[in-house]
Amino acid sequence: MEVSVTVNGQVRTADVEPRTLLAHFLRDDLGLTGTNIGCDTSSCGACTVLVDGRSAKSCTMLAVQADGADVTTIEGLAGEDGLHPMQQAFHECHALQCGYCTPGMVMAAVSLVDEYSDLDADGVREGLEGNLCRCTGYQNIVKAVLAASE
Amino acid sequence: MIPAAVGYVRADSAEAAVAALGEHGDEAKLLAGGQSLIPLMRLRLARPSVLVDMGRAEDLRGISVDGDTVSIGALTSHSALEHSVELAAACPLLAHVASQVGDPAVRHRGTLGGSLAHADPASDLPAAVLALGGTLVATGPGGSREIAASDFFTGFLESALASDEVLTTVHLPVSTGGWAYQKFNRRAQDWAIVGVAVAEGGAGVSLVNMGSTPLRAAAVEAAVAGGAGASDAAAVAADGTEPPTDNNADGAYREHLVRVLTERALVAAGA
Amino acid sequence: MTITETPFAGGIVGEARLRKEDPALLTGEAKFIDDLDLPGALWVACVRSPHAHARINGVDTSEALAVDGVVAAYSGEDLADTWVAPLPCAWPVTDDMNNPAHFPVAQGKANYAGDIVAVVVATSRYAAADGLEGVVVDYEPLDAVVSIEDAESDRVVIHEDLGTNVSYEWPLIPDPEGVDAAFEAATHHITETYVHQRLIPAPMEPRGVAVVPAPHNGDMTLYSSTQIPHVLKVMAALTLGVPEQKLRVIAPSVGGGFGCKLNVYAEEILCMALAQRHGVPVRWTESRTEAAGSTIQGRAQRQTIELAADADGKLTAVRATLLADMGAYLQLVAPGVPLLGAFLYHGLYDVPLYSFTCKSVFTNLTPTDAYRGAGRPEATYAIERGMDALAVAVGVGADEIRSRNFIPTEKFPYDSPAGLVFDSGNYQPALDRAKELIGWDARMAEQAERRAAGSTTHLGIGISTYVEMCGLAPSRVLASLNYGAGGWESATVRVLPTCKVQVVTGATPHGQGHETCWSMIVADRLGVDPDDVEVLHSDTAISPLGMDTYGSRSLSVGGTAIWMATEKVVEKAATIAAHMLEANPEDLELTGGVFSVKGSPDAEVPLAGVAFAAFTAHDLPDGVEPNLQAQVTWDPPNFTFPFGAHIAVVEIDEVTGAVDLIDYAACDDCGNQINPMIVEGQIHGGIVQGVAQALWEEAVYDEDGQCRSANLADYLVPSAAECIDMKLDHTVTPSPTNPMGVKGIGEAGTIASTPAVMNAVVNALRPLGVTGMAMPASPMTVRRAIEAAGGGAS
Repeated sequence: MEVSVTVNGQVRTADVEPRTLLAHFLRDDLGLTGTNIGCDTSSCGACTVLVDGRSAKSCTMLAVQADGADVTTIEGLAGEDGLHPMQQAFHECHALQCGYCTPGMVMAAVSLVDEYSDLDADGVREGLEGNLCRCTGYQNIVKAVLAASE
Repeated sequence: MIPAAVGYVRADSAEAAVAALGEHGDEAKLLAGGQSLIPLMRLRLARPSVLVDMGRAEDLRGISVDGDTVSIGALTSHSALEHSVELAAACPLLAHVASQVGDPAVRHRGTLGGSLAHADPASDLPAAVLALGGTLVATGPGGSREIAASDFFTGFLESALASDEVLTTVHLPVSTGGWAYQKFNRRAQDWAIVGVAVAEGGAGVSLVNMGSTPLRAAAVEAAVAGGAGASDAAAVAADGTEPPTDNNADGAYREHLVRVLTERALVAAGA
Repeated sequence: MTITETPFAGGIVGEARLRKEDPALLTGEAKFIDDLDLPGALWVACVRSPHAHARINGVDTSEALAVDGVVAAYSGEDLADTWVAPLPCAWPVTDDMNNPAHFPVAQGKANYAGDIVAVVVATSRYAAADGLEGVVVDYEPLDAVVSIEDAESDRVVIHEDLGTNVSYEWPLIPDPEGVDAAFEAATHHITETYVHQRLIPAPMEPRGVAVVPAPHNGDMTLYSSTQIPHVLKVMAALTLGVPEQKLRVIAPSVGGGFGCKLNVYAEEILCMALAQRHGVPVRWTESRTEAAGSTIQGRAQRQTIELAADADGKLTAVRATLLADMGAYLQLVAPGVPLLGAFLYHGLYDVPLYSFTCKSVFTNLTPTDAYRGAGRPEATYAIERGMDALAVAVGVGADEIRSRNFIPTEKFPYDSPAGLVFDSGNYQPALDRAKELIGWDARMAEQAERRAAGSTTHLGIGISTYVEMCGLAPSRVLASLNYGAGGWESATVRVLPTCKVQVVTGATPHGQGHETCWSMIVADRLGVDPDDVEVLHSDTAISPLGMDTYGSRSLSVGGTAIWMATEKVVEKAATIAAHMLEANPEDLELTGGVFSVKGSPDAEVPLAGVAFAAFTAHDLPDGVEPNLQAQVTWDPPNFTFPFGAHIAVVEIDEVTGAVDLIDYAACDDCGNQINPMIVEGQIHGGIVQGVAQALWEEAVYDEDGQCRSANLADYLVPSAAECIDMKLDHTVTPSPTNPMGVKGIGEAGTIASTPAVMNAVVNALRPLGVTGMAMPASPMTVRRAIEAAGGGAS
């Protein structure tokens, strides 16, 4: 069926099977491969995007559910002025190594600091419970999110 | 992993959903937030013939308080419950338990009605609604009916909803007594190994992941009503339960845990 | 080789310089394997045995072929003629090692749940997934061998033609009589047995393969999410009979490896064969759940360690005995994994006598192989848990028992009882610093107070000191261990006409930050901006020579090659500059990117001028070729031996058994550091990965050999919520093995942290009578241990 989703500010329309995961719609139909897939069980958060401004796991959502929604992926975060403050903080705090979890982690972090005010380190840790990273041990990720939330 | 092929219809109201379910038969499945159903479909443990997507039924979203009753639309997200100022005042246990479900992304998409209808004994919200003595409103071809939460969970991932019924609203009494939720797990994002919800200072006590359904701890409630202290009341928390065994815990350890957590929850709730 | 303490003069090495890898990774620009756009590619899906052990009596693909989009389906028999050789095992550790033939698609019998028994080729990933369900396999289930003890008994022999489940036995006992005598004479004889559970490496990017053939000219490009494109090229050529010069292997952005992408996998060879057969690109992307049966697992050993010590707790001998689980087949370097620890079961302690024996067996489980640390975490775990047991027996503190036994600094280079030469070390300062960071005295006082008050929330403090051998490896040493390849590394440094620099490395980064660090090394010496240095890697057409990235080898071997190639470039540039300045090359020095004549400040030429002169070649000295580049292949003379001290503090709820890690300090010494920010990042991640073994992770198998923790909902990779901030510091003891004085840091955290945490757990519970603890120390395991010791409030 046809779905029409505003992705990173542009209306994108495609004919998809109802079972198509939002993550596959973004990656395979729209060529937005920045959104990664790391698991089958909604556990790792690598596929996190913003749906209507709030984090969602795009592997646990069907493209048809996003019909009419506003989706932001990692490709839509950096502007003409360069990196988004969250991306910049990840860079400056060395909050990424292999970078595979990074797009999802950054999107989750953007949503987190928007949703919860006055985050402290524990709040960031709890708030990122659904995003797994195997490289960094999270210390610099927490530092980056706190830096970007100020 | 990739779901099996599935049909799809959109139902923007409870009535439309009921009609669609009637039309497509037993193998059709309601889709609310999809946070439980889609992972099962990806693993091909669920393979419905048709998805009836209620995600746009806006009139089933929202929280209202009228006198001593809180009413919550079935499509209200966990995140909305977590952040609701009204709910924090009228029914703080539910708001808190909502904040303990999954992770923020799951809470943005997941819905109260979806969680209840999925009837997972390891889920947080069904136990909270049980402890709170909630009433669930279902709409079917013949109109609406009310189901007490204590009658709703009928088996593992099974509820009292008929295959052509849709959960529309959850009513809860406004809380006046102490409450607590003890969730024990190894990682924050995981389901509870055991959870205990206490409402109204111990008048309502329910258990997570202690059997094939969310359980009301009737023996604990009776002990509290009879004036027992937290320790004595908690001692009977495992009575009548048949806890599962998995990687994290066997039945005996769960029985131990449920007593410990019940005592802690009762103390925290001021019982 | 002599070294200066700080061989870097350019002011760039040693800076916490931000990574040049980041922008692409932060914006989605980086291309991982599944991101590649390959028009017309067919998707491959693998039918995997659901049984751990079963005869295959037939494979019917007819229903699969009827599925929309499916273009082909093959059984193992259909493809039997495709393979020139079985999948490779490159480390036959003994001449009589049993190595069962292992083909990409099983024929006749499936030997673990996950063994590929058929394959489906389709026009989309969705169609391939649907096709899987259409393949009907007639299985005859057989008894499965799940435990190593059962395997050793040969109750069921998995590979009938071998007649046994034992793959090999490998002893290292330089002086058997001496060891026996030492144990007889010992005041203290500690015997401890530990089990390293199976671990799933779980890099966040699952594996993937894509193959693009050129049917008419015979070229083939293999893309794989691998740590080892160079090794893979050689092995793939040998396994499939593709001429090596026609084969190009590319590792695109790789989302972590931790050893599990250090392999030659069935899917890589299979996709090459299918691309050949169909004449179009084919691709396969692993799903997370599939990975439990398609990607190697780690650890899986039972170890017994015995310590002999005198009355003061001074060690006189160490004896270690291992039983290791290879899984169903021998993967690329699996037999050698125990050997990488075999020399280190005495840790960083001065012990005269040493005995190590390993027996490795086959089970009906996923094959094992190298996982971050590979052998060294196991060795460190055994000796460090054992040292705590010895401390208790002697009646001294965990810190004191270690200090009494450290190899004295003046003994370096140290001839180890296992036959290694430890390059350099200074162990006591690292332990002192770690104690300072953790607030040792205050923590000990706090523990005493809680115990005195009868608290049911116990505080545990655990030390782990470690030394590892890394920088794999001197080729001649590898030869003595029967390893099938060398341990060298290659580099090319090329100054382009505009004075920008290309560095070609045989190392293959997948998160380590090589592009940043390699450019810092070169820029520091040449006096150019690191941003003007481009590092090329991971593509055998661009970087034809390499031995890739594993074993904490990239800097000490690959980085050294870069250092040396840079020196050669400087030497050549000096020759040209001297010609231009009419001076002697020996009188020139390169500072800040400018050659000047010592003592003649006005006589100078910038490197840029030399680079352009090398390009125009209008006036080069006689015999000098017109380019400014150098290639070096470096084979190190020895391993390097990083070390350090880690201390973990845990809190344990006696009632539930829940363990909380509440504090962690580490002082590591990896010699000179190129980029301390990257070093710290490696330590952070390594520590958490080791803590995860102690507290959360286990590949759980049931008695039928089914993995019950195949996905990330059940396999407990920790999140930020379970982790804490770690307190890090370092000492610097340069390695004399290489000119930069570097050692390696990729595995240190993982090696050190597991025993630190487990020692803390046992330390917390000793007053309750608990003396041991299985991993992972889950709440139920801990509570059961407390109950078994007769304690535990309810």
